[in-house]
Amino acid sequence: MKKEKVKMNKKQLKKARLKRKTIILGIIVLIVLVLSFFAPYFAPNDPYLTNAIAAKHPPTSEFLFGTDYLGRCVFSRVLVGARTSIFATLMLVIMSFIVGTAIGIICGYYGGAVDNIIMRITDILLSLPQLVLAIAVAGILGGSLVNTLIAIGITSWTSYARLARSHTMRIKNLPYINSCRMTGCSDFHILLTHVLPNLIGPMLVNATLEIGSTMLSIAGLSFLGLGVAPPAAEWGSMVSEGRSFLQIAPWTVFAPALSILFAVMLFNYFGESVCDLANSNEV
Amino acid sequence: MLKYIIKRLINLIPVLIVLTLLVFLLMYLTPGDPALIRLSSQGANVTDELLAATRAEMGLDQSFFTRYFSWVGGILHGDFGMSYIDDMPIFPKLLDALMHTLALASASTVVSVMIAIPIGIFTAVKKDSIPDNIVRIFTFTGNAMPNFLIALLLMYLFCIRVRLFPVIAKGSVQGLMLPALSLSIPMISKFARQTRADVLQQLNEEYVIGMHARGVKERVILYKNVLHNALGSILTIISLQIRVLIGGSVVTEVIFRWPGVGSLIMDSIGGCDYPTVQGAVLILATLQILVNLATDISYCIIDKRIELE
Repeated sequence: MKKEKVKMNKKQLKKARLKRKTIILGIIVLIVLVLSFFAPYFAPNDPYLTNAIAAKHPPTSEFLFGTDYLGRCVFSRVLVGARTSIFATLMLVIMSFIVGTAIGIICGYYGGAVDNIIMRITDILLSLPQLVLAIAVAGILGGSLVNTLIAIGITSWTSYARLARSHTMRIKNLPYINSCRMTGCSDFHILLTHVLPNLIGPMLVNATLEIGSTMLSIAGLSFLGLGVAPPAAEWGSMVSEGRSFLQIAPWTVFAPALSILFAVMLFNYFGESVCDLANSNEV
Repeated sequence: MLKYIIKRLINLIPVLIVLTLLVFLLMYLTPGDPALIRLSSQGANVTDELLAATRAEMGLDQSFFTRYFSWVGGILHGDFGMSYIDDMPIFPKLLDALMHTLALASASTVVSVMIAIPIGIFTAVKKDSIPDNIVRIFTFTGNAMPNFLIALLLMYLFCIRVRLFPVIAKGSVQGLMLPALSLSIPMISKFARQTRADVLQQLNEEYVIGMHARGVKERVILYKNVLHNALGSILTIISLQIRVLIGGSVVTEVIFRWPGVGSLIMDSIGGCDYPTVQGAVLILATLQILVNLATDISYCIIDKRIELE
């Protein structure tokens, strides 16, 4: 009896720790988001000001990360690029989340031929190499941020759709949904107020887990020159611009590349602890 | 077994049909007149008669489905059409590039499996020890690394700082080492994590406790039972990773100038050579589908119960 109590406490302690960790990480993520949103206002130098004399200058106190081949301040460009890189990623995740969830709920709730066709389509899209498809689409549409988001978005909604569909199929057979139907609620009302709130939790967990890999895909495409157009600062395209000067000015490559690394690490860590917390709540 | 394979092969047919439609549609929706793009990328002096003649030659005046079927019919005979740039057949180029990509992909898969699975088993057995924690930090970082960072870092260290390898791979064996390594690092991170999790999960199963109680040696339990049961999910992650590998190889190939399908796609996009992009995407996607098929069949070999479902 006593031993069991101690064990319980240990479990609760672990959960409390996990909760604290997730909250702290969440606050850090929030700070990074706010900072990157307001980054252009406290960049030390003009990120677009070229200066031929100060080109390819190693890091100094004036230029924290040195200057690139046109003499632009790499630190300021990394700060400004944070907004593009991070918010493009979040936008893509949110868009595919909304579209995927909507399709998944409708397929799961109604079933039938449409469900069958859409699920076959997701099967096929999931069996293709997504990045290659995205490269081809972005390459043919032409390089721009919107086209990159479209190119990755073509396949990224599928995982949300499958998850939402399987949850909806489980929920729709529960007694309370039947009683809703008997009281004459419309399908739309049931889906929006009774099905959606019950699957939004696991869906959000999945979305936070996807942020890191989405950011990597966007960075990969813009590195290949299919993302934002060159003068604009974006981490992936900055790496691509600096690549030819790897030998003389390695900081122009490694400053934005390491920024991507740290951002992805932060989002992955956050996503994993949210996932752990959600799992510990279930058990 | 044979029945299962035949069933899977039949399932492939709709997938391939949709794939070819998708790839063809991509080309069909391309902004601009293909005949004009073709002529201007060859640097010809474009006149109205020439344009009309090229349009007729390329079959642009025919309907969507006529063009689709003649394209698919050509592919079935190994004819992927002509490149816009040099008017040469695409297929030989594609085949050569595919060989290079396959060499790169298989080298990095073999390297990562050989490194990652022992690490995964070791860290699972010695859970929460110092080596486990060190490996955890490495795998966590490796998972978050953009593949161009790894490639450029390796290039900076081994080609510029220490001149061990040539900067441009050119398709030689020596040139293969760095691209293969840079593709392996994220794969090792994923495999090692997955193997560790699977082995740990198996070690907590009741049959392991039972075998311990009967006095079966630790080594026998680990290699004979635990590893065999964990193999299914390790295979899943390998096949999932090969998808990432096929996509990620584009970036790596471009950085190291490895003459694979990825480089071919990027060069063709740059030169508006859309038939080659089409062919290359089709080849990579088919490769992916075959890998998926091979994985499903190997599940069946490992675990006979799957066949019944």
